Amino acid sequence: MSGPLLVVDGLTTEFPTRAGIVRAVREVSFHVEAGEILGLVGESGSGKSVTGFSILGLIDPPGRITGGSVRLAGRELVGLPARDLRAMRGREIAMVFQDPAATLNPVLRIGDQMALAIHAHETVGAAAARARVAEVLTLVGIPDAARRLDAYPHQFSGGMRQRVAIATALLNRPKLIICDEPTTALDVSVQAQILTEMRALARDTGTALIWISHDLATVSSLASRIIVMYAGRVIEEGPIRQVLSAPRHPYTRGLLDSLPAKAVAGKDLMQIPGAPPSMLALPPGCAFAPRCLRADAACDAEPTPTVAGDRRWRCHHPHAEPTS
Amino acid sequence: MTAGPVAQFWSEFRVNRVAVVALAIVATIVVLSLVAPWITPQNPYDMSGLRLADARRPPGFVSPRTGITHWLGTDGQGRDVLSAILYGLRVSIEIGLSAGIIAFSLGVTLGTFAAYLGGRIEALIMRFIDLQLSFPAILLALVLAAVLGQGKWQLVAALVTAQYAYFARTAHGAAATERSKDYVEAALSTPLKPHVVVLRHILPNCMPPLIVVATVQVANSIALEATLSFLGLGLPVSEPSLGMLIANGFQYLLSGRYWISIYPGIALIVLIASINLVGDQVRDQLNPRLRR
Repeated sequence: MSGPLLVVDGLTTEFPTRAGIVRAVREVSFHVEAGEILGLVGESGSGKSVTGFSILGLIDPPGRITGGSVRLAGRELVGLPARDLRAMRGREIAMVFQDPAATLNPVLRIGDQMALAIHAHETVGAAAARARVAEVLTLVGIPDAARRLDAYPHQFSGGMRQRVAIATALLNRPKLIICDEPTTALDVSVQAQILTEMRALARDTGTALIWISHDLATVSSLASRIIVMYAGRVIEEGPIRQVLSAPRHPYTRGLLDSLPAKAVAGKDLMQIPGAPPSMLALPPGCAFAPRCLRADAACDAEPTPTVAGDRRWRCHHPHAEPTS
Repeated sequence: MTAGPVAQFWSEFRVNRVAVVALAIVATIVVLSLVAPWITPQNPYDMSGLRLADARRPPGFVSPRTGITHWLGTDGQGRDVLSAILYGLRVSIEIGLSAGIIAFSLGVTLGTFAAYLGGRIEALIMRFIDLQLSFPAILLALVLAAVLGQGKWQLVAALVTAQYAYFARTAHGAAATERSKDYVEAALSTPLKPHVVVLRHILPNCMPPLIVVATVQVANSIALEATLSFLGLGLPVSEPSLGMLIANGFQYLLSGRYWISIYPGIALIVLIASINLVGDQVRDQLNPRLRR
């Protein structure tokens, strides 16, 4: 089979609120190749998590997908009946959430609740399910997995719990796992361990990952391509090295400049002036224009995406390509 | 590896001496009532074994006819009060437990079902239960006992009707909280069967408050059964429970023959108070807000 694993095209998700309609995701398009790790970055409220939920059809009413399509291996997921979506979730696309404490049931033994994820999709014997759970737990780096099956979640540390959540996502060998800030709640050393393990896992199992994060450093050490979202739109996309070394969009540039690693001792950290716009009152043109140092009258019109090779950006005044 | 949850629970429970004593009393009473037919000097339900000549004798009376020592005296029909109490406890516990278990199953099923379904059906079930809870339990039980007539199972049915609503409301509250947890939503977003999600994910998390309600409600159904029997709406006279023993002795109370009423009354109070003390300690241990 040819073509990318997942194609998201013009995806728009809206939430009606008392104050008006919030378009949390606006005409988002991107694709994921089989076995690829795609980083999806943006600040809080940029629509990155809602994009993840939209792909899985997990938008709770009254919110809904109002336009666009999501195709997994050629099959359209938007508008699929609830029954088919349930059959797809966990089996073809799985998701890992930020807070491992909330995603594990405190009164069920680890082995038992993971086995439920297998029983949801296929009929297997209890012993076979248990063996598979132990196998996957070993895969994510839990030592002596067979004995820890009978432990309860509270007997695990935060990092171990997140490994359990990742292992649960791997159980049914999905083609794609959407990770929504899975390492944000963990401390840095555990975070680094899990990142290393995830990279090896994606390589060994051939599973594609969408890694949603607000942390550029994490994404840069993991992903091969990156998508930057701002106010519900994809504003820049491209291979990670290129985007990080020569960002075209002023917002991406601002994010990179404000990384503490770039700071000079004794001087204030660089930061992007202003605050993200309210999703209820977006500026007419480019949503970033009010905070942008390069903005002028042209920015009152919505910029259209510019495509150059693997890269894509939405800006009237992009930074120049490095001349080297 | 840490100790199992039961061992851990017990190590905390035994810190409270009063609760441990209460638990021991409950256990003793249950065991005594279970083995009553083998340890009592007399079968109080066997009318042919009763001697009217031995009626209304004070505690410690030794019958010259049967050779039995009546440690707590005899009642108006010549029944040994100690034997009658042990048999009565047996009936009380049996009815209290059956009513408790049936009310638990019925109420918990309704409550979790309502919480799982949500929407209008939830509102309908829960408003009906609220309506029922606005009537005193004793009133409902009285009406039902009068309508259904005498008999063990009629009595259990009346008690269940009066009490299932407490279980339903507790189960609904706990299950509704649980329903919104991430792991429940995650489980519901897969093809897992809904009853599996309710049984494996939701119900185990609702058990702590339900165990507390269950201990209190078993004590309550024993008290309620005694009340109904005292009023003559409970069991037939041939199978006296504690309530009826108290009622039978009531008429002799003013003539100084206190033992016929007082001893069964003490037995009833000790049993109910002990169950409640155990229940209090269980509640303190299971309520995270009361934890130090």
